[in-house]
This record gives sequence, structure tokens and C-alpha cells, in this order.
Amino acid sequence: MLIINNVSKSFGQKRALDHISLEVPDGIIYGLLGPNGAGKTTLIRIINAITAPDSGEALLDGQPISLENAAQIGYLPEERGLYKDMRVGEHVRYLARLKGLSDLQAREQMNLWFKRLDIESWRFKNIEELSKGMAQKVQFIATVIHRPKLLILDEPFSGFDPVNADIIRQEILRLNREGTTVILSTHNMESVEAMCNRITLINNGRAVLQGDVQQIRQQHRKGIYRVVRTIDGEQVEQNVQKLPGESNNALIQRLVAEGEISTFEEILPSMNDIFIQTVQS
Amino acid sequence: MSNKIALIISNEYYMRVTKKSFVILTLLTPILFVVVLVLPALIMNIGSDSSVKTIAVIDRSGLYREAFTDRDDCKFIFVDDDLQQARKQHSEVTGFLYITGDLTDSLQTACYYSDRQPNSELMLDLRKQLSKYVNQKRIDSYGIPNLSEIIAESTQRVKITTVKWDKNGSEHLTSSSIAEMFGLLSALLIYMFIFAYGGMVMQGVVQEKSNRIMEILISSVRPFELMMGKIIGIALVGLTQFAIWVLIGGITMAYILPAFMPETQMSSAESVAQLSAMQQNNEFQEIVTTLMGINLMKIIVLFVLYFIGGYLLYASMFAAVGAAVDNQTDSQQFTIPITIPIILGIFVAIYATNNPDSSLAFWCSLIPFTSPIVMLVRLPFEVAWWEIVLSLIILYLSFVGTTWLSGKIYRTGILMYGKTPTWKEIWKWARYN
Repeated sequence: MLIINNVSKSFGQKRALDHISLEVPDGIIYGLLGPNGAGKTTLIRIINAITAPDSGEALLDGQPISLENAAQIGYLPEERGLYKDMRVGEHVRYLARLKGLSDLQAREQMNLWFKRLDIESWRFKNIEELSKGMAQKVQFIATVIHRPKLLILDEPFSGFDPVNADIIRQEILRLNREGTTVILSTHNMESVEAMCNRITLINNGRAVLQGDVQQIRQQHRKGIYRVVRTIDGEQVEQNVQKLPGESNNALIQRLVAEGEISTFEEILPSMNDIFIQTVQS
Repeated sequence: MSNKIALIISNEYYMRVTKKSFVILTLLTPILFVVVLVLPALIMNIGSDSSVKTIAVIDRSGLYREAFTDRDDCKFIFVDDDLQQARKQHSEVTGFLYITGDLTDSLQTACYYSDRQPNSELMLDLRKQLSKYVNQKRIDSYGIPNLSEIIAESTQRVKITTVKWDKNGSEHLTSSSIAEMFGLLSALLIYMFIFAYGGMVMQGVVQEKSNRIMEILISSVRPFELMMGKIIGIALVGLTQFAIWVLIGGITMAYILPAFMPETQMSSAESVAQLSAMQQNNEFQEIVTTLMGINLMKIIVLFVLYFIGGYLLYASMFAAVGAAVDNQTDSQQFTIPITIPIILGIFVAIYATNNPDSSLAFWCSLIPFTSPIVMLVRLPFEVAWWEIVLSLIILYLSFVGTTWLSGKIYRTGILMYGKTPTWKEIWKWARYN
């Protein structure tokens, strides 16, 4: 679907992206991670044809990205903005039509989404009257209304309460099931674990970690196990570190000596830990 | 592509015209204007003392009894007393006019005494009445028959009519004062329009930048289309507002204003009109023939072309400023470079009314930043067609160029956080689609 090939981009002396390459296959949810100022937003802007790379290329379905095929992309920027003076319905329709929908298509899609997110009553409200979360929902609809093949979401959950964050999460998953490829840029590692198939971690403009989420967690395992035993008639829960070279069975035998084991499971490192560890090293 | 521009135009237009503040401002401005126009007349009507004034004349010379005839608002009584005595006896009068002797003698004076600050209008009336009488007496004293008529005849106003030959040798009346009036009036209109609505363009661009909607817009449309749509959409807003004002103004002039006009003023206006009817008639005819001489249709068409072209060019410059700065406060100081060429244009326009064929006027009517103003002033003086066509082409091409440039700056500006772009960077951006 999307191929980023050896892309570099500098602003003056600062190198924002340094030979980044990544590939987003069709139909997956791809996580774009990295600390603040790592270059994620610059990369997303290159994908959106807002800015051009100094070197390297960004290909969408094998074609260099320009305004013509950028209509297949839906982009929710991190810093959101809508015209304050417009009504919700008019605004959504306007953005849909700028993305190339006909007036009729725009109306149909808008009605569909307003029903789906249960915001029909906002249609004639001014954007100005909306709360931050409400405006966020409107912006989400404006991002997906033209049925893009590729959806780029920059911090899609910020500003939402847990209930609405979950509604948006479900909608993203639904779109993904229906065939939309999603690039998710977020600092929320729980949602990365829950939603993303693959990730790229960018730090100082370089891709420092790339691959399948489960594989990455496997690679970063530290041999820590959660063990629940009955010792002297009492239930004790512990995290136990495996010794170097020790097999699981050897560990269990060591543990069994002190009491009856009722639970034994490996704890994979969270993406949060991996993120911190990778960025700090 | 043009489809998207049309979409942006209609959105910019609709968004602004349906705003409450637009509706209120559009309706309120003419009302304010009317109030400013009518209020002084009303106040004068209310404030003017309608009671009949009485003035006591103490005439030591005894020559001027006939100079004072009673009018509707002013009566005269003649008193022979000493000033202080008269004051005690006639406390009901408004004031005392004390004439010490024959006023043709420079040592003698007329002096007005009263308890209150005298009304300047009344003083003017008294002075006129008295000097007219004294003058007439003087003329009569020469004993030459029909002298008044002779004097009236001899004060003949001399006018020079200017006639211009065209190539075929036929004659055209010209009038530099009408050209000047016309040119300056249209310059003022263009200036007002540029600042009101060019400023609106700049504000719109700055807002788009500061509320970050531009990231969404720029990934959907070309910046050039965005700028073009915004500039034209706001121009239509401005024209709508102007049209409404002209309409309201017309109705006001025709129906409302006459109702407020005080009767007395009307009658005095009528008498003035009668007095100078002959003269005015002449001048009116002159205006008509002059306008015919400079071809009214041509002027109107060219005025519209330059008016719109001038607005578009300056609006695109305002858009470029809006695209380059980060916030509203910064934008104010950047408008100064835009103001300077307009002011320059107005000065050159004033100069050009006297020297329409000078090289300064010629070049400034080709340079797009001044041509909308300067060319309009030169138009009544038979400008060659090629000059007009060339200057219009330059004007509209510059507009497209500046809009294109402002689109590039807009896109580049997204990534420039407080950093000034270098020319090399701007060139790189300009080439990128």
C-alpha cells in the first residue's frame, strides 16, 4: 500500500528525518511511534504531500504521492482545526467535497456517519459551540467521510473521555475490517498493543525499531515469570527472574521446592517499557 | 481544478455572508451614515431659536433707519437714548446695535451690545444688511445714473473652456477639474475597498494558519486554488456589501432624507438655486459634454476592470502577508509595505491630473501597484489603447503571479516555526507540486 523509501528531510541544520524506510502492507494497522520531536509529524506530512522530502520517495500503490492520489488518504492532524463560523453539517460537507465527493455523495456519507456516531442533533450547531471532544468527533468524520484507502491518524484519542475514545477505537477497527489501511501515530502504548499489527519507532529522525508487535515483544523478553504458589498455606504471587541459561523446567523445579505452583506464566515486556528502553539507550 | 476553486469561492462567500456580524454591520453602517448626515440638520432645527429677536438700534448719525427692515425672525426698534439708559428701559430686547456716526467715515463704528454671547448667524446678517446699505448709498452719492447696473455688468466672470482636438481634428471639450474629481473619487473607492476586504483576506489566511485547518486543506487542494478561491470569494462579499449600501443609500436619498430636511433650509436652498440657476445650468451642461467627450461607457468599463484588478492584486499581497506571518499582531506591521504603493499611487494620481502625459504618470499607469489609481485619472485625457491594454494585462498577470507566490508561501509557512525561509527554500517550494 505505502512504501517509504530512504526518505530524508532537513530544516536548516536540523535533520528531521534521516534515511527512513518503511513499508505498510494492505489492510493492517500500522503504529508510528516516537518521542516528541522525533520526526513523526514530518513523515506524516510527507505522506500527505504537504511537504516534499529532500531525498528518497514516498509511494502510494507504487505511485509517487501527489495531490491526485492524496485524495485516497484521510488525514487527521494532531493539531486539529475547523472553521469556527461554520455549521457542523456544512463544514463536513465542504471538506468532503474538497476531497472530491459529489454533493449527493457528501450528504449520504454525512448522514451515515452522523447516525453512526449519534451526533445528528449537532448538524446545525456552530463549530464554535462544540466542546473539544465534540469537535474531535466532527473532525474524525471529516477525515473518513470520503472512504480513504489509507487513514493516517495522529493522536486520534487525545481529548476524548474513555467512553468516546472507545467509540472511536471501535470505528477505527471497523474501518480496518472493511479494508482500510490505518497508520496510527500515538503515545498511548496500550492502544498500540491492542490495535497495531506492526510498528516503526522513530527517534531523532531514525527508525530505531521496526516490525511485528508480538515479535518485538518476544525479542525484548527478559525471562520474567508471574508465579503464584501456596507457601505455608498462604497464596503468594511473585515475579521471578529466570537465571541465564536456565530452562523453564529447571526454573519450575527450583520454584516447586518452596511450594505448590498454581500459576506460571511469562510476562512479555509492555510496549511502554520497550519504548522507554529503546529511546533511552 | 476550477471545480475546487468554485467550491472554495462559494464556501468563503456563504460562510461570511451568513455570519451575524456581517448582516448587522451591513445594515448598521448605512444607518450610521444617515444619522451622521441627518443629525446636524435635525440639531440645527431644534437648536435654532425660533422666537422673534428684537434688536434696538441706537443710531447717532440718523442715517441708517432705512437699512433695517423687519424680518420674520428679527424686529428692529429705534431708540434715541444713551446706551446705559436704553439698557435699563428696554430689558426685553435681544441686543443693542450702537452706531456712532456716518460709517463711511473710518473713525465711526457700529457696535453690538448684549447680555448674552451673540449668535454668529445674526451678526453675519446684520453686517451684510448694513454694508449693503452703505455701499448702495455710496454708489448713489456719485450721482451717475444707472451706476449699479454698470457695476453689475462690469463684474463679469471669465471662464476658459478647454477643447482638445483628436486625430481627425474634431473638437472635444475637456475639463481637468472633472477628471480630477473622478480620478480621486475612484482612487478613494479603490483604496477603501482594498483595505476593508484585502484585510479580510489576510485575516482569513492567518486564521487558517493559527487554527491548523490548513493541514487538512492543503492535503486536499493546491494552495493556489485555496488563495484564489479565498480572494475571489471575499471580493464577492465586498461587492455584495457595496451593492446593499448603494441600494440603501439610494432609497435614503430619494425618500428619507427630504423628510428630515427642515423647511427653511429648503427654501433658502431654493433661492440659492434660483440665483445661480443660469450658472449651474452652464456647468451642468459642461459636465455632460465633457463626459460625452471622454466616452462614458469606456470609462465605466475600464473603471470596473481597474477596480477589480486593483483589489485582486492587493488582496493577493495581503494573502501573502497572511501566509508569511504567524499571528494577527505580526500581520499588522507587515501591511505597511502594502500601504506605501497605494499612497504613492494617490500622490502620483494628483500629480497626473495636471500632467497626464508626463513620463511619471505614464510609467505609474503601467506599474501594477499604482496603475489602478493613476490610469483612472489619466483616462479622461485620451490615453492610447495599447497603453490601457498593456497596463491591464500587466495588472492581471501580476495578480495571478502574486496569488501563486502567496500559495507557495502558505505551504512553506506551515513548516516554518518562527524561522525566516531562505530564497533558495522558497524557490524549491515554488517548483514543488
